[in-house]
Parts: sequence; C-alpha cells; structure tokens
Amino acid sequence: MSLRSFLDKQGRHFEPGGKLEKLHPLWEAQDTILYTPGKVTAGPAHARDGLDLKRMMITVVVALVGCVYMAMYNTGYQTHLAISRGAAPLDTWQTRAMEAMGLGFDPASIWACIIHGALYYLPIVIVTLVAGGFWEVLFAIVRKHEVNEGFFVTWFLFPLILPPTIPLWQVAMGISFGVVIGKEIFGGTGMNFLNPALTARAFLFFAYPIEISGDKVWIAAATSADGVSGATWLANAAEQGQAALAQGVTWWDAFVGTIPGSMGETSALACLLGAVILIATGVGSWRIMGGVVVGTILTTIGLNAIGSDTNPLFGVPFWWQMVLGGWAFGAVFMATDPVSAAQTDRGRTIYGFLIGVFAVLIRVINPAYPEGMMLAILLMNVFAPTIDHYVLKANIKRRKARYAT
Amino acid sequence: MVEHFLNLAVKAIFVENMALAFFLGMCSFLAVSRKVETAVGLGSAVIFVLGITVPMNNIIYNYALKEGALAWVSPNLAQYDLSFLGFLTYIGTIAAMVQIVEMVLDRYAPGLYGALGVFLPLIAVNCAILGASLFMVERDYTLAESAVYGIGSGIGWALAIVGLAAIRERLRYHNIPPALRGLGITFIITGLMAIGFMAFAGVQL
Repeated sequence: MSLRSFLDKQGRHFEPGGKLEKLHPLWEAQDTILYTPGKVTAGPAHARDGLDLKRMMITVVVALVGCVYMAMYNTGYQTHLAISRGAAPLDTWQTRAMEAMGLGFDPASIWACIIHGALYYLPIVIVTLVAGGFWEVLFAIVRKHEVNEGFFVTWFLFPLILPPTIPLWQVAMGISFGVVIGKEIFGGTGMNFLNPALTARAFLFFAYPIEISGDKVWIAAATSADGVSGATWLANAAEQGQAALAQGVTWWDAFVGTIPGSMGETSALACLLGAVILIATGVGSWRIMGGVVVGTILTTIGLNAIGSDTNPLFGVPFWWQMVLGGWAFGAVFMATDPVSAAQTDRGRTIYGFLIGVFAVLIRVINPAYPEGMMLAILLMNVFAPTIDHYVLKANIKRRKARYAT
Repeated sequence: MVEHFLNLAVKAIFVENMALAFFLGMCSFLAVSRKVETAVGLGSAVIFVLGITVPMNNIIYNYALKEGALAWVSPNLAQYDLSFLGFLTYIGTIAAMVQIVEMVLDRYAPGLYGALGVFLPLIAVNCAILGASLFMVERDYTLAESAVYGIGSGIGWALAIVGLAAIRERLRYHNIPPALRGLGITFIITGLMAIGFMAFAGVQL
C-alpha cells in the first residue's frame, strides 16, 4: 500500500462527520507537507502561481541555514575560547555531556565547537517548537483554520535571537507570548501587525532582563568582569567607543561572526548569504533592506559629524554598526517580514529607512539598551500601517491630479 | 538653549509619550481610533488644546496660585498660597479652551466636528490634558518650557492615536476571535504598541 493511498484511506476520519473531525488541522498539516494538495479554488478568480505560502516560508528557512550553522559553531567556539582563556565551564548537563563524549574544550576543533553549540541550541529549538506549536495547533483546532508555515519561520527565527544560556522555561514563555498575543489573537498567520518572533524576544527582554542582557549571558562559560569578559562588542563600544573595537576585535571577525552575541545573529556573512537568497527569489524585499542600509549609513555619518565628548558611540563608523549586534540579522530577516512590514513599495523604502535611523539612534543615544535593532523594528512595525495609509493617500492624490485635466 | 528645548520636545513626544508611556487619555484614545482621518482630527485638536492650556495654566500658576505668587499685586498678599485651587482652575481653563476649539471647528470644519462628536467636549476631561498641566506644575517649567512641553506631548499623543487608527484600519477584515473584537483587541494593540515605544525609555540626549 503506497503512502498516498494510506493517507487517502485514513483521511476520511478527519473529514467533517468523521470520528476525528476536530483534529483536521493537524491531519491537513502533515498531508500538505508530504504532498501538494489537490484542492483548488472553486470560484472564478483563480490565479496560478508557483509561489505559495509554503514555498515562500521554506525559502526563508533555507536562507537561514547559514545562520543556524553559525549559531551552533559560534556558541561552541565562544565557550571554548573563554574556557581556553581561563573561564571555568558552566556546571550544566551540556558540559558533562561534552566531557562524557571526551571531545574536550578546544576552540580549534570545529566539530567539538559545533557539537557543544548544538547542545545549547537544539534544546531551545525543541522547546520553541513544542511550546509554540502547541498554541498554534490549539488555535487551529479551536478556531478551525489551518496550521501553516508561518510558524515555521517564527520557530527558526526565535532561537537565533536568544542568548545560549537562557533558561528553557523562559523560551517557552516567550514563544507562547509571541504566538498567542503577537499573532493568533489577531487571526493567525498574515493577520498580525508585529513580528511574532520579535514580540516574543521583546517580551523576554522586558520581563526577564537579567537572563537576556548584560555581559554574563552571551557565552556559555563562567565569565566575569575581571577575568574573561563576556560582554558583547556592542556593549564594549558603548563604554569605550572605537578604541575598544580597535584593540579587541577585527572587523573581519565581527563580519564572519566569531564574536559573543545572540546565537544566530553574530554573523553578518551568514545574513548576507541569506539576503542574497531572499532578494534573488523575491521573497524578501530589497527595498526594505536597502532602506535600512541607507538609513543606517546616513544616520551614522551624521552622528560621526556631530561627535560627542561624553558618549563614545557617536564616533563608531557605519561599517562597524553593520557587523555588530543584531543589525544584519534584523535587516535581512526581521525587517523584511512581509506581514508586519509596510505593504506598499514606497512605504517599504520609508519603513526600511526609518528602521535604520532608529536602530542607530537607539543604540547611540539610549544608554539603557546597547542594542537598538530589535526595538527599532518593533517600533516601525507599529507605524507601518500609518506609512502605508499615507503612501496610498499620496498615490490617490497624484492620480487624481494626473487625470484631472 | 535650543538644545534644551529640543531635548524637552523629544522627551515629551517619544520618551514620556502621554498615551503609550503614561496611558493617559485612554478613553478617547480607544474610542476615536477607528479611522485615521478622525484620529488625525482629534490628534490635532489635542495638540492645539495642550499647546494653549499648558502655558496658560503655567501663567496662572506662577502669577496667582503659587505660594507668594500674588506678591506682584501687593506685598501683603505674598503670604498666601492658593495652590490648593490648582485642579479647579486648570480644569476651568481647559474647559474654556475646549469650548473655543469646539466653536471654531463647528464653524470651519463641520465634517470633522460631526466625526469627533461627543469626544471633543470630552477632551475637557481628557486626563492627558490635565495630566500635562499637572506635570508642568510638578516639574516647575518656565513659560517657554511649558509651551514646548504642551505641544510636544500633544504631538506624542496624536502620533500614538494615528498609529493605532492605522493599525485598526488594517485589522478591520482580520479574523479576530469574536470575543475580542472591538475594544478588547484595541487594548491589546495599545499594550503591544507600548512595547514598541519602550525603545525610547531611558533615552538621554
């Protein structure tokens, strides 16, 4: 019996009137993952397009592969680097597992780094999937819509923007907030106005600041201020400016991503690869990414020109702003979220530009948060509908003027 | 000096946003945010009223209510402290201002007047307006500062309500759970917007 005929045979239980009618969204989800659905629109308006929600979302996941790899490698690498410099390994099951496998803590060994990183990364991914998927399926069943791939992207994005040492229960809390309050209560995929992954992270950021900011959380080893520093370079730059960057880290390191930070966001290189895929396939908007780049460059040049005696971040040039912290990841994967971004072409440019401006401004003039990208994107998500509204208004006005004669 | 005023304005618009940081003026914020056009109208009315009442209350406070404020009338009056009359006079000033705005709108923008409906008179008891006057007293602003502060916090409130209205317009056809439709989801949107505005908490210029 082939898989298809087995599915067809069992499928009747999930149809209306069947025994397991209530679980139809779950059944439908696995069926459409395995096979292209045969159902088509019944009405006359029927657009044929090879791109559907599934392919679009999977393209984003493919674009994220580089970041996922770097998340595992760099998490392990940073830990091993800190240990080789004298920090003690954390007293966790991950450390014991590494010792049991006899892999040691060698920063030069790529495999040991990846495995150690994966021991931190994968549990967070699994918790995200289980906790977030639970809400997704629950809402799908109760509200009778389909489970779809929108959650796939959230599921991949969310662990990448967390520090490796975050407690797993907080991961579950965060993703629950993001999926339920950020998305499902607005009607599910495509209906939210904030990016669910960012909503989840912002929730954790404001609710449990100790576990998600500061200089203790980014490296999975016992770091301390006077021993091995665990601060991100963005935080260092906030204290000492360009001088800290010039001594401590090369631009190339920051670009490749072998610096402390949230797991998946350190590597601008991996994000750049993702950007190429997203732009080539047309899934991510080049207008948004371009807008963010231009906004960042102009604001940074402006701030460099103004200068400041008390705030060293004023002097950090834009090529550093772009490789530190979550800038690249946010610009490529978060700002381009097609649902929460502006929907008009001109609106996208403005939206991206303002993200760039606010990201740099928050980084530089707001000492409370060394990282501004996440909050800048959330802020612009809030105002994306406003931008769209006025872009539409301007279009209508222009057309009226054109046809007035 | 310019820097100081700029700083104050940024603080009033973003950092201490009346609607999204203090949650003041919620009643009209939630009720008149169904359409962007009306939101813009109410927002500009609030900017206008705030921009006039805060400096006016500042004058009243400094020259009539504060302890020793009456010294300019005659030295004998310097001992009186009338600040307990604060609430009464501020509200009175605000109510008079709103009345004027209402008459102007009724005459020159009847469409907007109709759309704002009962919420225009309600500006009089909008806590964002009284709140701004009270903050002004508490922080001891000068006349110029209170003008900047009044207009700034008005712009901040207007920005918030326009953003909310645009979001609600976009959500109009969304499949929101029936129990949450209307005010319920609006409260949640306001909360999520406030998370977005927390980006500015702690900004130092």
